[in-house]
Order: sequence, then C-alpha cells, then structure tokens
Amino acid sequence: MIKSDSSTLIELKNAGVKRAGKWLARGITFSLHAGEIVTLIGPNGAGKTTSAKMALGLLDLDEGTALQKSELRVGYVPQKVSIDWTLPLRVKRFLNLTGSCSETEINAALAMTGTSHLLNSEVNTLSGGEFQRVLLSRAIAKKPELLVLDEPVQGVDNSGEEAMYNLIETIAKTLNCGVLLISHDLHFVMSATTHVICLNGHICCSGTPRAVSTSSEFRTLYGSKISANLAIYEHMHDHTHATDGSIVKLEEMAENSKDNKEITTNA
Amino acid sequence: MLDDFLFRAFLGGIGVAIITGPLGCFVVWRRLAYFGDTLSHSALLGVALAILLEVNIMLAVFVISVLMGLALLMLRQIAPLSSDALLGLLAHSTLAVGLIALSFMTWVRVDLLGFLFGDVLAINQFDLLTIGLGGTVVLLVLKVIWRPLFAATVSPEIARAEGLRPERAEVIFMILMASVIAISMKIVGVLLITALLIIPAASARCFSNSPEQMALFAVLVGILSVIMGLQSSLTLDTPAGPSIVAALLLLFIVSTLSMPKIRSIKRKYSNNASHGAMS
Repeated sequence: MIKSDSSTLIELKNAGVKRAGKWLARGITFSLHAGEIVTLIGPNGAGKTTSAKMALGLLDLDEGTALQKSELRVGYVPQKVSIDWTLPLRVKRFLNLTGSCSETEINAALAMTGTSHLLNSEVNTLSGGEFQRVLLSRAIAKKPELLVLDEPVQGVDNSGEEAMYNLIETIAKTLNCGVLLISHDLHFVMSATTHVICLNGHICCSGTPRAVSTSSEFRTLYGSKISANLAIYEHMHDHTHATDGSIVKLEEMAENSKDNKEITTNA
Repeated sequence: MLDDFLFRAFLGGIGVAIITGPLGCFVVWRRLAYFGDTLSHSALLGVALAILLEVNIMLAVFVISVLMGLALLMLRQIAPLSSDALLGLLAHSTLAVGLIALSFMTWVRVDLLGFLFGDVLAINQFDLLTIGLGGTVVLLVLKVIWRPLFAATVSPEIARAEGLRPERAEVIFMILMASVIAISMKIVGVLLITALLIIPAASARCFSNSPEQMALFAVLVGILSVIMGLQSSLTLDTPAGPSIVAALLLLFIVSTLSMPKIRSIKRKYSNNASHGAMS
C-alpha cells in the first residue's frame, strides 16, 4: 500500500490477488476522488469484495499497485459482521469501536440513519435492518473521507432498498465523502453514481449509469421497481464468460455458433 | 503481615484474579480457551527447562509460552491442520516432553503436584513482587492495546480498514497471555489456569452492559472465588488451587441461574427509563 498526497482517495492500478493459484480478481484499475460515488457490480464470486479490500489495503496484492491518500479516514461497512453473544455490546459503545466519538457525533450519526432510539440497545438484539443501519451509523460517526459499503441493501425489500439508497446519497452529500459501493444488482445502480464498474474476475466494462427518468420504456417495464434514486446501467461487454470462467470474445462466439450451425446442417 | 503465609496467599491470589479478569474476557470473546490451555500445558516444559538450566522458573515458563504462541502462528501457515488440532498437538506433546524431562532429573525432587495444581500457600515475598509488578505491566499494556484489540475482536476487517493495525495488538495480546500464565502458575497450577481466565469472564457476562464493565465484574468474581477457595481450604483442608476453581464453578452456576431474573429487572428498568425520556 503506497500512501500519496493527491486529491485521489484510493487508486488501484492493474491490481490482482491470487489464492491457491487462482486469481480472485485481476487487472483491476480504478480511482475514487472526494465527492464521487463508484459502484462495483457483478455476479457472486466476481471479485467485488476482493477489489474493495485491495483498495482498502486489507489484502496484499500479488500484482499491480494500490494507492491510498495518507491518513485517509475510512468508514467501512463489511458484508458480514457477526457479534458473538459473549460480547456485551451496546449500540453506543459499538459506535466508539475504532475511535472515540463525542455524544454529539454519536447522536448525529444515529439520527441520520433514523436509529436514535437504539442508542442503549444491545447489538445482538437488533433486527437485520436495524443492524445494517447501525453499522452505517458507526461508519459515518467520525465523518470519513471515504465510505466503503459492501452490499448495504442485502436482505432489504424494495422499499427498504430505496430508502437505503436515499440515505447513502444524503450521507455522501452531507459529508462530501467519496463512496465505494458494492452491489449484486446487475442492472440498477444508485442514480447518483458517478462511475459503474462491472466485474467478473476482471473489469468487464465500466461507464456511467443512464438516468431512468428519461427512458419511459423501462418505466413501463419495471414499474414500481424504478424510483428516482435508481438508474439503469447498460453493459457494454465485448466478451462473455464460458462456464469455467474463461473469457470468450463476442466475435469468436459468433463464429463458433456459425460453425455449430454448419455442423447441424451437415448432419 | 507479609510474613504470614496465609496473608501472602490471599494477596497473591487476589493479585492474580485482578490480572486474569480482563484478559480472560478476551479469551472468552475471541474463543481462545483452548489456546490458553495449550500455553499452560507447555508451561511444564518451561519448569523442566528452568530446573535443568538453573534459571528462574517464571522466566522460563514465560519464554516457552511465547515460543508456543509463535510456533502456533507459524504452524497455521504451513501445516494442513485446523487450529484446534494444532493446539491439541502442541498442548499434549509439550506436556509429555515436560513430564519426561522432569522424570529424568532424579537429582532434584520436583513437587509435580505443586506445578500441576498450584501451591498457593507456598507463595513467598518474591512471588508477590512478581505478581504485583508483572501484573501492573500486563494491565497497563492491555489498557494501551484495548481499543484495537477489542475492535479486532468485533470485526478484524473494520479494525484493519480503519487503520487500527490489529495484527500488532494480537501479537502483544499473545505475549500478555504468556506472562499471565507464568505469573499465575503458582496459584492454581498449569492444569487449572484456564479456569481462572474463562470462568470469571463467563460469570460476569450476564451482569454486564459493556465490555469494560464485564472486565471489571470478572475481576470481582475472580477475587471472590480466591477468598472462598482459600477459606474452604483452611476450614475443610481441601487443596487450595482446585478449591478456587470449584468456587468459580459455584459462582458461575449462581450467576447463570439468576440471569433470567436479572434480565427481567433490567428490561423493566430500561422500559421505565425510556418512558421517562419520552414524557
């Protein structure tokens, strides 16, 4: 992990991590600046979490470089946090986990996610949705420069998802922080997203989302699923993946299917 | 007063309870019970080496425990075995080697039972000094690494991502465990040290609202068990170390049985408090 002083919060250059001879993610290049929202999308096992962890310096790279602004204040909401029953941990103490926060900071962070009433609850007794919000409160309590959210809407229903995206957008604006968001939804991203990166072991394509409000056909197609804070991401893939994960160029595939047809006609 | 062996026993036992309370909480939270067991089993090898090389026993036990911790970290990287299998391997092989080494040393008469089950009534002034000084250092260091260690216990990923360097805190914690085993060996013996780490923390859990409170209650439970154990040892002539552990078990049972009642009182109290806040 190299520390830099530029306005770039994090930057990966051709980064890759290998486990037991297999690349979890490779050739990952992207950067994130203050005020930007970058969304990583892709199927399960595509290396989204791996890429985020590389950018955070949680994994040692086997290839490429990772840069991080020096003394970067990070707020991290991992995909999974399980708290052992033996831990007597209340929400208030949980918010002080990695640094001590003042009463004001704690109250503001809880108020922002609408969880002020949980201040003295034991973390173990929270519901999934409540815990997700408390995790978010903890991450923003110290006003981070970079917020990393690993699937923050998992297990949340559509209306909850919309509320969560609204909340993230508000937080990003209020704190003016960079946001790295991981989502398993391949077609809908937050409309405030500056940049979408589609992963499948490597970067398949990347670009900006298309505003939904301008396309009426999607509106009729998806109806209530579409809300003001979601946008459609159109993939621009020049390749596809075979069942073993290897890359197949689209032209090759077209040729292959032509060959197959010839065989069929011959038979 | 320090000349009185009983007074020294009480003082030494209470001193050790103060050290094992907070450390034991981390043993429970991080599920390291078997790790503590392994370190203490290997302590007997330390005893054998100390007698052979004619060095201080506590020092030798400390060094061996640290080496065990490092060996475990290394074996985890190279050996295709799960952590608990590795711990079992280290625990019993070092205990066996330690016992064999001691049996060869026919020229010294080793009080094996004293090392296995403790000899709290034989605590001398030097032991008290070691418990006092060593314990103070251990608790001060634990206070310094408390935040990163606790954060890493809750979520190593969050701790690392937010720049707390949990690996360093974890290595220091391992060294603290080794010191505690060296310091408290004489009180309850190598076979029973883990009890002094786990049971006070486990008993304190249901009364506690925060990790820091749990550490404090664990200390109180530990002190109470030392007093109860030594008292029963005096009146009933039972072996001191095992009596302390039996007292701990009793306290644990009482605390667990009273838990539902405490919970309901707590709920009532917190309900009242929130109603008060609303009005």
